[in-house]
Amino acid sequence: MLVIKGGQVYDPINGINGETKDIWIEGGKIVESLGHIPQDVTVIDALGMIVMPGGIDIHAHIAGSKVNTGRKLCPEDHYEHFRMAKGGLRSGVGFTVPTTFLTGYKYAEMGYTTVVEAASAPIVTRHTYEELEDMPILDKAILITLGNNELLMDRIAMGEMDEARDLVAWLLKSAGGYGVKVVNPGGVENWKWGGNVTSWDDEVKYFNLSPRKITKALIKIADELGLPHPVHLHGINLGLPGSDITTAEIIKDACGRLHLCHLQFLSYGKDKKGRMCSGGSYIANLVNEHPNVTLDVGQIVFGNATTMTSDGPLEYRIQKMTGHKWCNDDVECETGGGIVPLEYKITSLSSAIQWITGMELFLLVKDPWSIALTTDHPNAGPFFCYPQIIRLLMDRDYRNYFISLLPPRAFRGSVLKDLDREYSLYEIAIITRAAQAKILGLANKGHLGIGADADVSIYAPENFGKRQCICRFKHCRRALDFPSWVIKGGEVVVKDGVVLNEVPSVVFRVVPSHDESIKDKIREEFEKYYTISFDNYPVQEDYLKNTKEVICG
Amino acid sequence: MLTKAKDVVCTFCGCLCDDIILTLDENRIVRVERACANGMGLFKNYNPDLLSPKIRGKEASWEKAIKEASEILSSAKYPLIYGLSSTSSEAQRVSVKLAEALGASIDSTSSVCHGPTGLAMQFVGEPTCTLGEIKNRADLLIFWGCNPIVSHSRHFARYSVMPKGRFVQDGRKGRKMVVIDVRLTQTARVADVFLQVKPGGDFELLVALKALVKGKSLDAVEAGGISTKVLQELVTDMKACRYGMIFFGMGLTMTKGRDLNVRELFSLVKELNDHTKFSALPMRGHGNVTGADQVMSWLCGYPFAVNFSKGYPRYGPGEFSVVDLLCNKETDALLVLASDPVAHLPSKAVDHIMEIPTIVIDPAESLSAKKATVYFPTAMYGVDCEGTAYRMDGVPLRLKAPMKGNRPSDEEVLEAILEGVRRC
Ligand code: SF4
Repeated sequence: MLVIKGGQVYDPINGINGETKDIWIEGGKIVESLGHIPQDVTVIDALGMIVMPGGIDIHAHIAGSKVNTGRKLCPEDHYEHFRMAKGGLRSGVGFTVPTTFLTGYKYAEMGYTTVVEAASAPIVTRHTYEELEDMPILDKAILITLGNNELLMDRIAMGEMDEARDLVAWLLKSAGGYGVKVVNPGGVENWKWGGNVTSWDDEVKYFNLSPRKITKALIKIADELGLPHPVHLHGINLGLPGSDITTAEIIKDACGRLHLCHLQFLSYGKDKKGRMCSGGSYIANLVNEHPNVTLDVGQIVFGNATTMTSDGPLEYRIQKMTGHKWCNDDVECETGGGIVPLEYKITSLSSAIQWITGMELFLLVKDPWSIALTTDHPNAGPFFCYPQIIRLLMDRDYRNYFISLLPPRAFRGSVLKDLDREYSLYEIAIITRAAQAKILGLANKGHLGIGADADVSIYAPENFGKRQCICRFKHCRRALDFPSWVIKGGEVVVKDGVVLNEVPSVVFRVVPSHDESIKDKIREEFEKYYTISFDNYPVQEDYLKNTKEVICG
Repeated sequence: MLTKAKDVVCTFCGCLCDDIILTLDENRIVRVERACANGMGLFKNYNPDLLSPKIRGKEASWEKAIKEASEILSSAKYPLIYGLSSTSSEAQRVSVKLAEALGASIDSTSSVCHGPTGLAMQFVGEPTCTLGEIKNRADLLIFWGCNPIVSHSRHFARYSVMPKGRFVQDGRKGRKMVVIDVRLTQTARVADVFLQVKPGGDFELLVALKALVKGKSLDAVEAGGISTKVLQELVTDMKACRYGMIFFGMGLTMTKGRDLNVRELFSLVKELNDHTKFSALPMRGHGNVTGADQVMSWLCGYPFAVNFSKGYPRYGPGEFSVVDLLCNKETDALLVLASDPVAHLPSKAVDHIMEIPTIVIDPAESLSAKKATVYFPTAMYGVDCEGTAYRMDGVPLRLKAPMKGNRPSDEEVLEAILEGVRRC
């Protein structure tokens, strides 16, 4: 048994806002207080400290084929960022694309205990599982990319919605996935011929479909299957001025729950002269009017990043723009992918507009329960910069100082300078924990009520700036960093900001019920178009040993 | 009693054909269906009986052999772990852990085949795809410096030249096939177009092609031994195809220019994507050499040539790569995992292997195993032990164990050595 004594608890799901409260832990769960503290109990003195549920990241690229190509592609990312093997912990390297063990340790050292891998093609999810086995401490979940799945598109195009639904269920089960990821629906398919889509009604070549039809079908299917997490959408026109228009269109058109990921990247306006500007306030207002829609921000962090996405045509465009090295990977029958490293410069007009757009979303979306803090790691910046973003949200003076560093022209059409909202710790606990758990549908995560998983992070405010961020950005200030303690599944894993030991973790997945005959219906087509045997396709039990099923419905 | 195993993965080459049918009789394979001759050889005649390890050629108990191996490794100042490409990724993962515990160098056979491809990729990137995209879409196939008919016999039938795909419904008829090589290989014989590049002329040829793709004209009448006119025709085909593909092999990576050749090839493919869709894919040889790259990338951050002497992974192709470490006589103990360096490395490197203690983990008693100080006869991945392997395009497959295993797996031996090292 473990008791966290006397801390100020921020547990928004249970409405607890900084009250002094003891947290009791046994068997990996939060339990009722015994009233008195028996002798054999470990007590953590949290007096004057902030106690929160372990942090949750709803959208990050941490493992699997694309991420690993990124690691291999960028040795220059690793040379100066390393950790030695010590005290039973493994070594690692990497800044924007850290190796697996290092990823687990660094999240934990920030107080995070659950992370979602945001995109894995079903056919390579075996690989994702292998990497996740080598990523200790964190509980995880995998979203599988279905927005350009050809067998699925065939069925949606023919209006065979029952079969489409069964197929989605079978794919989730076969890949050991947790949710449905949709990336540039139809656009990635067109990219396999060198094209793309730019409107929701563009044609998906040879499929008699549009991005709109694919997206709406999947929203409906996710709903019918009762998936804990709704469709996780990376829409069309990402990164382009005018993407706010197409984003607005899908927000208005989505009949059903929808999560819009790294929305900052899809909220750029275009002024009368065709120049890029922030569309943050426009999109935030729309989100405020649509309670069925949630988002994560994908906030820009100035410095190095590695863009990696299933949105193949996007990475091609970034490559053309930057001239940087470029990987593309078309994945048979399912999806695509690309990688380009780049740097967000504080002096660059477009980077500044991207930063402003994200900040506007944070400050103008009214309901913190509908917004999650992410950097779309490592696309907009590395995850270990979250404390910098938290500081920007909580500290208006710091934010204003930051604003003064940006090129003035970046503020054309922006309302950011007029916003004086400061997030409270309670609201921060929502956007980094509680809302993330709710949106994901993980009932035992993101709170400290009786029966919740005992994932707790404890911070001493005087330590917030203690760890110099490795981003070396001289204007970096941090909040909610350097946890004094992190407890994962009831075990202490971090003390004084440093990982002590590894603990077991699980990968969450869903197994939606479906008509088993779907296998016979697709077998023949599968063997015609894929290059592996149908029976070798599903992720075998050997990889699923440390998984936990979350019930649908 | 006869039993059948279906959808078995053949781990002989990077094609990882996963449709093999085996017939077994009393834990012996009596029939192999669908595999090519290379794959046949892997399964047929394989005897899974338990064998004793050997210390200096003499049979010894497993305990003794583990102890001896652990002592050799922990007393070495600059040990090297080498091989990795013919074993499961599970075993590869343990080998990295062992390298970390020892402060050793670790390198895979990538270093002597497609290492330059990795270096090239780190400079310019790599536009690529999985094999199914080729089957479904590619209407122009270029094979450069590789001879798949011999080295990857079923590649044509399953992935590239022959199959009917979603958008290439005519199979072979729907695809144009070009071979670029220094000699008329068997692969070249069946091509629609064969371009004979002069030895060492690949780089020049690539530069010329890139210039032509960019719309520049060439002063020269030929490049790399091929006339400009012919090159112009090739470029026209390249730009006109719907989905083009270049497969390349050691004729490009291990000849003059090496990584520079591949850099130029990747840049050419990048350039072609301004006109149509184009990808490139290295023809990876060993069954799980791609897995070795993957595992090392996710654990070390680098695909090969890694050193742990400072307690964390450092990258040093040319410094921590097998040939350099051996030729410079830096390595003072060698652990070979599922490879045969004595048979394959340059003689100067082999000379040094002969002078130092070596530990070999391999299902077959290879030349390296015969010379080894300690030799562990282990189970064969995908035959009598399970695991994961990565196809040449990165698609991961589960390896079954159609035969009952009697021998320990590579992974188990490595774990035991790791335990032994920790106790030393
Ligand atoms: S092509 Fe390669 S993997 Fe396929 S059967 Fe032949 S040796 Fe085995």
